[in-house]
Amino acid sequence: MQINIILAGVGGQGILTIAAVIDHAALQSGLTVRQAEVHGMSQRGGAVQSHLRISDKEIFSDLIAEGTANLILSVEPLEALRYLPFLAPQGRIVTSTDSFINMEGYPTTEQILDELHRTNHPVLVNAAELAREAGSVRTSNMVMLGAAAPFIGIATEMLEASIEKLFQAKGADIAAMNIRAFRTGQALSQLQATAT
Amino acid sequence: MKQLLLGAEAIALGALDGGISGVYAYPGTPSTEITEYIQKNKGDREQPVRSAWSANEKTAYEAALGMSYAGKRSLVCMKHVGLNVAADAFINSAITGVNGGLVVAVADDPSMHSSQNEQDSRVYGKFAMVPVVEPASQQELYDAARYAFDLSESLKLPVLLRLTTRLAHSRAGVEGTARGTQNQLNAPYAPERFVLMPHNARRQYNNLLAMQAELEEHSEQSWLNRLIPGTGTTGVLAFGIAFNYVMEVRQAYALDCPVLKIGHYPLPRKKIEALFNSCETILVAEEGYPVYEELLRGYFGNTHIKGRLDGTLPRAGELNADSVALALGLAKKEVIPVPAIMVNRPPELCKGCGHRDLYEALNTVMNAHVQQHVFSDIGCYTLGALAPYNAIHTCVDMGASITMAKGAADAGLRPAVAVIGDSTFTHSGMTGLLDAINDRAPLTVIIADNDTTAMTGGQDSSANGSRLLDICRGLGVDEAHLKTIIPLKSHLAENIAVLREEIAWDGVSVVVAQRECIETAARKKRNPAAKA
Ligand code: SF4
Repeated sequence: MQINIILAGVGGQGILTIAAVIDHAALQSGLTVRQAEVHGMSQRGGAVQSHLRISDKEIFSDLIAEGTANLILSVEPLEALRYLPFLAPQGRIVTSTDSFINMEGYPTTEQILDELHRTNHPVLVNAAELAREAGSVRTSNMVMLGAAAPFIGIATEMLEASIEKLFQAKGADIAAMNIRAFRTGQALSQLQATAT
Repeated sequence: MKQLLLGAEAIALGALDGGISGVYAYPGTPSTEITEYIQKNKGDREQPVRSAWSANEKTAYEAALGMSYAGKRSLVCMKHVGLNVAADAFINSAITGVNGGLVVAVADDPSMHSSQNEQDSRVYGKFAMVPVVEPASQQELYDAARYAFDLSESLKLPVLLRLTTRLAHSRAGVEGTARGTQNQLNAPYAPERFVLMPHNARRQYNNLLAMQAELEEHSEQSWLNRLIPGTGTTGVLAFGIAFNYVMEVRQAYALDCPVLKIGHYPLPRKKIEALFNSCETILVAEEGYPVYEELLRGYFGNTHIKGRLDGTLPRAGELNADSVALALGLAKKEVIPVPAIMVNRPPELCKGCGHRDLYEALNTVMNAHVQQHVFSDIGCYTLGALAPYNAIHTCVDMGASITMAKGAADAGLRPAVAVIGDSTFTHSGMTGLLDAINDRAPLTVIIADNDTTAMTGGQDSSANGSRLLDICRGLGVDEAHLKTIIPLKSHLAENIAVLREEIAWDGVSVVVAQRECIETAARKKRNPAAKA
């Protein structure tokens, strides 16, 4: 098995937290991981991405080749589209629909949704709203991870255990809230899958 | 047990396990995390490991050399352009040689993700005639860090460990080996090596020249240089991380070309000869400049060699599996294009950042002038070059704001204004300010003091607050023209007045804009134990 994931977002949105959860779960599952991330100038509100690769074999390249990403997981809808050349023909987009506008010429929601719907059954997530329901808007990254969980190729228990581990230092209730957020996202994703 | 580490962190762990007594560095993307990892993880070592930030790469390198002189192992880390700053020390340390193992880890930034150029540090290694190791994976970085210390100590030469952004900032599982212990203090008198007066320098240089054959022999035997056997008429010479892309393509397309992986320089001549003799065409894949492609191709060219120089691979920028696939003759893939509605999302100053308020005030003052040039420098405040501020007009190298503004003032440009951060000022701005004072140049230096090295993630700067003012006084700035402002909305009118007055003054003035970086402040609040 080999899964290539592009994580996308805006500097400061914390996509590396999502990466950390997946990395840890993959390693615990006995898989090989390579995860390239962006540090430096772009982290100040610029477009940021992380290439995350999981395999049961040796992985050579830290970067994903064009047309081979199984999943683009984006915490911002326009950012999901930025990396389309990486998406495999049958690859999936899972994205938050919460726009983050900090530049000129941001397209309309309609334009973005149009483009997203051209891809293979995109999963669109109102992450902030679901996160608030789970207890805090700060859990929206875990909502997104939950929504992407069916496409990551790692058992749900492993992902949840990894969330638990990552957040336990912040207290049991914070960890529980993030698990709740994860499950909310996962439920939405399953609902959308049966609807399409 | 495997730990998930960034490439930069793998070097750090390798150095700690290899028994370093100290690390010296100035922060710079993509090298910063090496030192940060050591700062965070040195606690459980039996003996203390010295790890605070240095003022700049030159002071860092010289201190590392001093530690090595005293018999202990030291690591010095920097980004590629940092090696320009440390070059004097680096090149000459190859002439003196070292005592304790000295490894200089240099992180290059091809594609310029966070840098002004994509210079290739292997050129420096060749220039200094010292061994260079260039690992291709995180595990290799760990192993190579340990190996480089042993090599350095046995050869009594500094060893350059080169990596690039992708490896520095990519995570993978890394397995450590048994921890070594630190060396004892052992500082023999050796003025014949370390006093580089001409008579000594000539002899030492000849020794270095005489060692080159031995260095090449080490490369021939090195585990970092190995052949992946194959068939066919095209062979690949894959340097450093380029090996990964070649192997990725080889695996994805089930190719069987022979690949010679190079990760230890000088070049292993015999290994390369063997590859050249067994193939008709050689693809040379190097991450960075076509340093060795040029050498192998020769001045009059060799049409059997393909690479960056003949357009088989792009001349500039990072390689990837896609560019390597094309170079190996595979057809370009059809991919989904980026939609036409896409717009760029450039980085920007954080909302609430003090630099925003500084630039707002400065722009107001400069708008009243015909000549509105502002010379600036490297840090978060460089983002003031972009909309909406468009407030600065140069950013060249660390410290150049002050010296360029001074030169422009010498040429007659009025006003001459420089904007520099606290950390950049202590890195390379102070000496330029001294020049300006000695010359009585009509110059206003604005030090944007946010109490940290913000761009690289909030490392301690060498001096800030009142110490910066003391430094300026000590250099000779007139007390009447040494001002402090607080870049906040509520102080806008006052700040405009101070800047207007000092920019109008026909001599050296310094305005220190003091307000802590809000990101660093927030981090300290979240984690009060961490100093920064
Ligand atoms: S990190 Fe600090 S200095 Fe840099 S833009 Fe943000 S607030 Fe300003």
